[in-house]
Amino acid sequence: MSSDMLNKIPVLNSIYRLQWEPAQQGYVLLYPEGMVQLNGPASEILRRVDGERSVTQIVDDLQLSFPDAEGLIEDVEAFLVEAHEQNWISL
Amino acid sequence: MSKTGSPCNGAPATLNAGSDLKSIGQPLWLLAELTYKCPLQCPYCSNPLDFAAAGAELTTEQWIEVFRQGRELGAVQLGFSGGEPLVRQDLEELIRAARDLGYYTNLITSGVGLSEQKVANFREAGLDHIQVSFQASDDSVNAMVSGSEKAFQQKLKMAREVKAQGYPMVLNFVTHRHNIDQIDRIIELCIELEADFVELATCQYYGWGFENRDWLMPSIEQLTFAEARTNHWREELERRGSKMKLIFVTPDYYEERPKACMNGWGSVFLTVTPDGTALPCHSARMLPIEFAKVTDLGLKEIWYEHPSFNQFRGFDWMQEPCRSCDEKEQDFGGCRCQAYMLTGDAAAADPVCSKSSEHSQIVAARRSDSDRSETENDSFIYRNERNSKVFFRQG
Repeated sequence: MSSDMLNKIPVLNSIYRLQWEPAQQGYVLLYPEGMVQLNGPASEILRRVDGERSVTQIVDDLQLSFPDAEGLIEDVEAFLVEAHEQNWISL
Repeated sequence: MSKTGSPCNGAPATLNAGSDLKSIGQPLWLLAELTYKCPLQCPYCSNPLDFAAAGAELTTEQWIEVFRQGRELGAVQLGFSGGEPLVRQDLEELIRAARDLGYYTNLITSGVGLSEQKVANFREAGLDHIQVSFQASDDSVNAMVSGSEKAFQQKLKMAREVKAQGYPMVLNFVTHRHNIDQIDRIIELCIELEADFVELATCQYYGWGFENRDWLMPSIEQLTFAEARTNHWREELERRGSKMKLIFVTPDYYEERPKACMNGWGSVFLTVTPDGTALPCHSARMLPIEFAKVTDLGLKEIWYEHPSFNQFRGFDWMQEPCRSCDEKEQDFGGCRCQAYMLTGDAAAADPVCSKSSEHSQIVAARRSDSDRSETENDSFIYRNERNSKVFFRQG
């Protein structure tokens, strides 16, 4: 990952709301009249997108929570690029 | 998911819900039709023709109890619709209660009756999103369709206010023969108003829309033009780096396969009408089915056990050509209301499907520019209390 990307601070766009849904036992991303059901890894990353943490800090925090996970940097970057394309986040 | 029903009443454009056909899904979408009262008289309104005969509206407490039960069942999107939901004086209280329960709250409004103060109050109460519906991109067509001279300027003002106060905004243009040629002007207006999503939704022919079908039906040439222009604008928006999304909804009358209406009966959607009738879709009240009221039964019992919600679940209810069709799991046989309106049998195949023996009715309702002149001067029926009472008496 480029150092440029690592220093960025992703922000969830104001259209969207991340929420735990007890009835679905999962996180969802809510937006006007719509919903995206997130899988486990996507949820773990987006939960850490708080407009304060940089990508590096998000990766570090994930590594603490999942010490055995490999290739986290690449996974996080790939997801954030996708999330940006979907307009879920600003970078 | 494909668009279902008239967009005026808030069927969602997209809902990535997934579906598990082996079990009954959760009613993720709760549409609260707070009232049938509306200052406009749009001739494609999806409210029932005999809305004037409906019983008393649910009270504030009854609505909040419906929201609570819906949330327990898994509902997460809540649409405040109508009629015009702003007519309800307790709207702010209902928004606050719904947001506190964890709903993503959507106000689906004509903008008539909205004010700067209300937009601010609703924001403070936790409203997540406001959808403003337009009838056209200029005063004259807007006035003709909505039956109100002042509505258009009010809508523009309120759309600007919604954005100024930080809401995401969906603009909804119901298109038909009399405004679809203005598609460029409509999209330019949406760009100017900074909409986040734009629904360019061709009228659906239910309720009042079915009564006015011939007046509303665009020609195939008009549709082709509008879709091409929409695609042009999508490229243009991308070039400009705009995030505005254009959603173009074609009318199913020009399709050969039906839409997967409501993602299947009793699968994702739950509508509660002003008098508390629970429906699997906002048009279903027209069907010869006895629906339950939330004042008589709990929402859980209605959703999982009531015969009305189980009537068209799964595939056992199907007749031919649906029963043996290898596409039945994609479209669920189409729309039950459309089947009933056009064939008199709610369990028949949706005549939009070219495999239906009644498909010729759909083909006959289509228009091309060559036969426009003969229907150019026909009239239409406004959706209002007086006309509704006529339908009530007929029914």
